[in-house]
Order: sequence, then structure tokens, then C-alpha cells
Amino acid sequence: MVAKTLILIEHDRREVKRPSLHAVTAARQMGDDFALLVLGHGMERIAQSLVSLGAAAVLVADDPVLADPLADRYAAAVAKAFQKIGATTLLATSSTFSKDILPRAAALLDAPMLTDVLKITKSNGASTYRRPINAGSMLATVELTGELRVLTIRASAFEAPPSDVAACPIEQLEIGSLPDGARFISREERTSDRPDLTEARVVIGGGRPLKDKETFDRLVGGLADALGGAIGATRAAVDTGLAPNDYQIGQTGKVIAPDLYIALGISGAIQHLAGIKDSRIIVAINKDPDAPIFHMATYGLVGDLHQIVPQLIELLSQG
Amino acid sequence: MKILVTFKSVPDPYESAAPGGSPATAKSVINPFDEIAIEEALRIRERGEATEIVGLTIGPAAVEEQVRAAIAMGLDRAIRIDDSRALDPYAIARILRAVVAKEAPEVVLMGKQAVDDDSNQVGQMLAGLLGWPQATFISKIEFLQNQTRARCTRETDAGLEIIEIPFPAIVTTDLRLNEPRYVSLPGLMKARKKPIEVQSCDDLGLKVEPRTKVVATERPPKRSAGVRVETVEELVAKLKEEARVI
Repeated sequence: MVAKTLILIEHDRREVKRPSLHAVTAARQMGDDFALLVLGHGMERIAQSLVSLGAAAVLVADDPVLADPLADRYAAAVAKAFQKIGATTLLATSSTFSKDILPRAAALLDAPMLTDVLKITKSNGASTYRRPINAGSMLATVELTGELRVLTIRASAFEAPPSDVAACPIEQLEIGSLPDGARFISREERTSDRPDLTEARVVIGGGRPLKDKETFDRLVGGLADALGGAIGATRAAVDTGLAPNDYQIGQTGKVIAPDLYIALGISGAIQHLAGIKDSRIIVAINKDPDAPIFHMATYGLVGDLHQIVPQLIELLSQG
Repeated sequence: MKILVTFKSVPDPYESAAPGGSPATAKSVINPFDEIAIEEALRIRERGEATEIVGLTIGPAAVEEQVRAAIAMGLDRAIRIDDSRALDPYAIARILRAVVAKEAPEVVLMGKQAVDDDSNQVGQMLAGLLGWPQATFISKIEFLQNQTRARCTRETDAGLEIIEIPFPAIVTTDLRLNEPRYVSLPGLMKARKKPIEVQSCDDLGLKVEPRTKVVATERPPKRSAGVRVETVEELVAKLKEEARVI
């Protein structure tokens, strides 16, 4: 099996992370044949779910030593797979998973890397890449030299790929010995009935004026549930313990692009705006009429969120 | 136990985001994530678990202002690799590897990303080049077994993850690891007298060329402000009838 592009797929041991598949769209735009790589243990069902995306093959390294995503062994396995199929592009969707592993794999492959690519333009055989810098306040156009390239792409900038292509084969990958320096101890992940923050159609974000965890859960959580949405938060809200770290939206947290984002008590620091500005509709509810968020909100409502949000929840619950 | 802590000078993110500000005109500061790395190294030394903290940066003489600030925080020594080129993360990682080979630290602490180019690559690349284990995006670190390994809590998209790594190792810091100390004016004055060791890529026997090149930068299209609504009823009506999102 040979393919020009290798895409590292992310999963949570039960199923594929859907934004991870948006890298397939980037690969299709580049026009090269591509293979998908799945690392883990007990991967039969996950591998099977990937066969109809138009890949040349789904490569699977299924081994107990890959049960948890430790960067030293994962990067080594990725580099081996890359070399085995003669690839020149390594690709994944941006996430804490890919950002941990791909730069390390890039170093093993002696290849340059670009993070958070938004657009790939090809002219006269040469490619240029668009990516955000300075918390998204600027966009850079970048060129690469050399044969190899490693890219992470923003899920919000590439569509979900069609998944009705004729099935491709699944190939088991022999990865041989891997580094075993790091050891996985445990993870702390909440299970929630709410949709995933990066995949949700509606997101409600909460800032520090929510005051305490109880108020945050009642107002942000209540509005999210009234609209079937996900919950996000500002860095300040996470720092003060109103919300867990994986709710953080922004430059160093998650980047979202829902149909509707409702910002509650969020003034609009550039680091937060970096994570929400691709939302289709932005609603800001804030008592400060001069808050910067109003400059980019589709609809702004000035007032006390402690009064407004319960009214909003009630009105929405009436249908 | 010797800790190498790396830091980058970046345009002040708050100043460059202010109305009328830009990355080109903002004053330089230590990259906020790197400042957290320096702070953590100091706390490890204060707990008696490290004996020496060496600071390392790459840049022209103009970055010495930030080197002084880092010394004032409490570095034992500071090294500046004199290079004024627009380097990319992989070039930086190769330079850092050469310094690590010379300095032989047990731990390299660094910010998870620089807030100017937002790449989030150098620590992982350095770990790959050295073949050392890595713990990225950490919000907690605890040394174990006589300072031969560390237990790190990592912030991930799904929540938190705890891993253990043996030394030597690379550790990159996330925002919630600590709150960096303020540097006093007398401390800053005292730091002016401390020597900064200046080296070049030639001194390190390195030929490093960046392989990524920024050919243009532009401001993204601005989202324009929409309309103000006066009541909850009006808001819901707009969302239903105009935006059709609920």
C-alpha cells in the first residue's frame, strides 16, 4: 500500500471524534491519495467506521501498548506508518491530541510543520497555507520548503467529508518496538448528555459574572438544555473554578463555529473572540453596553444576565 | 537537578489587541506561557528539588530586556543565542537540542505555545529530536522517587489526564499551572549587573535554516456589529424569524 498523505484519526476509545474526519476534506482538496491511521487497542469497530471515506486504506496499529495516547510511542508509530507507505504529507485535525503527537512525529521525520491551517492554495505546483497568528488577530500566508510537510487543520475551516464512498481495505500495521518512557496513570473526563462543544450547533458561553458554580450551572447549563446546546466558558471563568478546563473557548482552548453562540457575561477579550468568531450568529448578553463583544455580536442585549437568562429559559421552554 | 527553562520575547498580547494596537507596535514581553514555565522552575528550586535554573532564549540583542526580566525573577544563569532571523519551530527545536546537549539538564520546562505565532510545536519537536519523554499542556507537576521522574496533570480537550515521565524529559506548561510572581524594581536593577552568556549557531556548530516562511500577513475580515435588542421577547423573535437558528 502506498499513499501520498497519511491522516492520523482521533478517537476516544469508543468512537471516532467527528472533527478528526475534516482532515479528509483537506486531503481531498490537495488531490493526493490518502490513508487513514488508527492507533489504539481494540480498534475493530472504529476502523470499520472509517472505510467509506475514500481512503486508499485504513491502517490500524492495534496493540495493548497503544491503549492510551502517549506521545512518545504514538509519534514513533505515526512516523513508522508514514515511512512505510511512502507518504509526503502528514495530516490531522487540530486538537490537544494531534498537537501533542504531530510535532514530535515531524521531528522524527525531519519535516517542517504548520499548526491550525485554514486554507491550502495550490498554484503552479507550489502550495501556500493560510493560518491564524496572534490569537487570530492576523492571518499569515506561509510557504514550506522541502519534500515533506506536517499539517494540522482547523475543523471549522474544512467541511465534514462525504462518507458514502466504496469501502476500502483495512490493513493491520506491524509497528515493532516503540519507546516506553511515559506511563499513563489516569484520566478525568466527565460524561455528559450535552453535545460535544466543538460539534454542537448551539453553544452557550459563560464568563466570570456568573459568580459561582451553582449560578453557572443553572443559567448557562439551563439555557444550553433549553436549546439542546453545549456549554463553553472564558478563561477567567475556568480559572476561578466556575467551569472545568475542557469548557475553555479561545486562543488556547477550543475553537468553535456553531450556528448560534450565546455569550453570557462575556466582555470579549481577544483571546476568547479568537475561538468564537466563525460562529454564524453571535448573541451577547452583558450589562456593560461598551463591552467589546457587542462589536461583533449579531444581536446584543444590554442588561443583568441574572434577570434576563431565567426569562429567556422560560420563554424558550414554552416553545 | 538542573532545569533548563526556555523563553521567547513576544509582542505584548494585551497591547497588540487594544484598539489601535498591533503586534508590530506593541512592546515586547516574555511569552506568558514561558513566564509560567520560569515560575514553576523557581518553585521547584524553592522546594529544594532543583539546584540550578538556566534560562535560554533565542533572539537579537533587543530581547535582552526580557532576559533581564527573567533573571530578575530568579534564574541562576541566562543564555541568549544571538540570531535575528525569522526562525520556525523546527529550527528553534534544533538550536535548543544543541544547547541541551551542552548543558545536560534533567528537565526542560517551556511554555506550550508562543502567543505570537501560536504554533505549539517546539517542546514536542525537541522531545522527538532528543528521544526524551514529554508531558505537554500541564497544569500540575510533582517530582517523584528522589527527583528521577515526575507525575504531570495535562489539560486535554476531554478534561484532565495524568501521566508519569522519567527524567530527562520535556515539560510544556498550560495557563493554570501557576501565577507568575511580579518582579520588583530593585530586583530588575540587580539583574542588570548579571552577565548574559551570548552564543551563536556557529559557536554551537549548527547550520540551521527555517523551512517555513511567512510571505504575507493581513487582518482577517472584520465581523460587523449587528443590532441591539431591548427585550428577551425581541431577541427570541429575531432568533426564530430572522436568523432562523432556533
